[in-house]
Amino acid sequence: MKSLFTFCAYLFAGAFILTLSACSDSEPSPTAASGITLEFDNVVGDKNLVLSGPSNTNAFGEDFVITKFNYFISNIKLLRSDGTSHVIPQDSSYFLIQEDNKESQFIKLKNVPVGDYSGVEFMVGVDSLRSTSPIEKRKGVLDPGGTMEDGMYWAWNSGYIFLKMEGTSSKATSANGKFYYHIGLFGGFDTKTVNNTRIVKLEFGSSKASVTAEEVPEVHLLVDALKVFNGPGTNLSIAQNNTVMSQQAAKSQEIANNYAKMFTLDHIHN
Amino acid sequence: MLMWLGFPIIVIFSCKKETETPEPIIEDKEPTPVTWIKPAHFPDPVYDMSRNPLTEEGVELGRFLFYDGILSRTNQIGCGTCHQQVAAFTHHGHELSHGVDDLLGTRNSPAVQNLAWNPSFFWDGGVHDLDLLPFNPIENPVEMGEKVQNVITKLKSTPVANAKKPVDYPAMFKKAFGTEEINSERMMKALSQFMLTMVSANSKYDYYVKGDVTAFKAQEKEGLVLFKNKCSSCHSGELFTDFSFRNNGLVPIKVNDQGRFAVTGTETDKYKFKVPSLRNAGLTAPYMHDGRYRTLEEVLDHYSDSIHSSATLDPIFIKSDGKTGIALTAAEKQSIVAFLRTLSDEQFVKDAKLSDPGVGTSF
Repeated sequence: MKSLFTFCAYLFAGAFILTLSACSDSEPSPTAASGITLEFDNVVGDKNLVLSGPSNTNAFGEDFVITKFNYFISNIKLLRSDGTSHVIPQDSSYFLIQEDNKESQFIKLKNVPVGDYSGVEFMVGVDSLRSTSPIEKRKGVLDPGGTMEDGMYWAWNSGYIFLKMEGTSSKATSANGKFYYHIGLFGGFDTKTVNNTRIVKLEFGSSKASVTAEEVPEVHLLVDALKVFNGPGTNLSIAQNNTVMSQQAAKSQEIANNYAKMFTLDHIHN
Repeated sequence: MLMWLGFPIIVIFSCKKETETPEPIIEDKEPTPVTWIKPAHFPDPVYDMSRNPLTEEGVELGRFLFYDGILSRTNQIGCGTCHQQVAAFTHHGHELSHGVDDLLGTRNSPAVQNLAWNPSFFWDGGVHDLDLLPFNPIENPVEMGEKVQNVITKLKSTPVANAKKPVDYPAMFKKAFGTEEINSERMMKALSQFMLTMVSANSKYDYYVKGDVTAFKAQEKEGLVLFKNKCSSCHSGELFTDFSFRNNGLVPIKVNDQGRFAVTGTETDKYKFKVPSLRNAGLTAPYMHDGRYRTLEEVLDHYSDSIHSSATLDPIFIKSDGKTGIALTAAEKQSIVAFLRTLSDEQFVKDAKLSDPGVGTSF
């Protein structure tokens, strides 16, 4: 009887603790995880990017006006100075940044553990695993039939367009005076293709993003569309390459090498 | 004793009650499962049906979606417009198909049959998952010219009073999936469910291969033997394709379609197209990716006499003397054609379960 009593007492104690913790989960706790916001502020050189706005000039001296600028950011990791990192859960780590949608330029990461972060790592594009996953794994910005702004998906060649930059130029060779850069290709489903996903790692240097229970720091990144033209991968000429999509694999790789370098840290609001 | 045990249970209950909203009571009946039967002589399917279990209501919804022109920008072009049952779900008599506003495509409409076994779709294999297939024709500007998102918006606002046959899609989605929600996953899975039921395995050949030796005439038997020798290295197995991509020596036409190269960007894939299944070949004229040949006889003449040599020509067409083509006599060709006609599946093309429920168009 004694042992049964003891057993029941433990059971009660255990259930009571369980009950407490179940209840407290829904309450804000002083040590609970907070958030961090990544702002993707699109610019052209030292000027703000304005769609259909003022004309700019690339390294070839070609004038251009950008009319569309969209790209996928995915697989985000927040880095700590001790070498550890906080990985955003895979299903919550796909974002489509669109210049014509202000809200999309602020990636609001939730449930980020409290602490100081010294850098961020992310992918430009959509990884091969998600690019080949079943339709039930393609929600939100990844839904080919969802709210995805005017086609960031190649329906005929199942794959996402990682970066879409379109505009007008007096040097364009197309009938309508527009240039089109639609860069995708994740490496191929069963036959290898080029892989234009790019990992970007930005160290914050002397700055830190300090996540506390109360404060959601905002990391302000500059994304320079001019670097899509002028970069380490290639100097892209509108006159020579008016349109680059899936059929110019080598050129698309060079452009991917360019967009891998278009991100810089501007400042952090703590 | 009871007090000790009962107390914590009450606490847990009271805690849960505050954080959870009651589940709505579902009065409607569950969809009825469909048992999908693999033809005994077929290999295992590629499509994973555990992700999308077939139900009567899901298949029926898929059938309506397959035929309904609501999928197109003009509300006129359904899948069934260019994939007509009488022609084993091809566009009978059309070399190339015309979609919205009579815009013309660049490739011949392939047969929609036995898709459960396809590891890839379209002549270039650009799509690898049946659930992702419909995005392509729906969004292709010369086929249905529509956005899937807009199709979903239109489906949500059905029934439309002036439609050819008013269909209440929210009600059909509810029957198939439990709620009236319409999204691309549900839409595509319903279409897949229907297309998975489009199995052709009841041709004269199937009766023969399953043991009815009387099903074949002498010439058809000869044709089968010749076919095995001359054609089956590519048109292999019970699906009559190895699903590979090959350049079969067609002179490129004006559009200069480079086939598989568009998908892989690999030089060696230039002018390669998927080896099509030959099931129902007798019903699916015209032939080749651009519909250039009107008859099976013309197809065999191509293989014997008209193979065009190029850098990516499949080596199977190069004979030991360096010349191209497959050696075939006129009599052999006749026998092979006789055999190919045994692959026509009359049950398949007349199956009422696969037919237009009254919402389709054919032009």
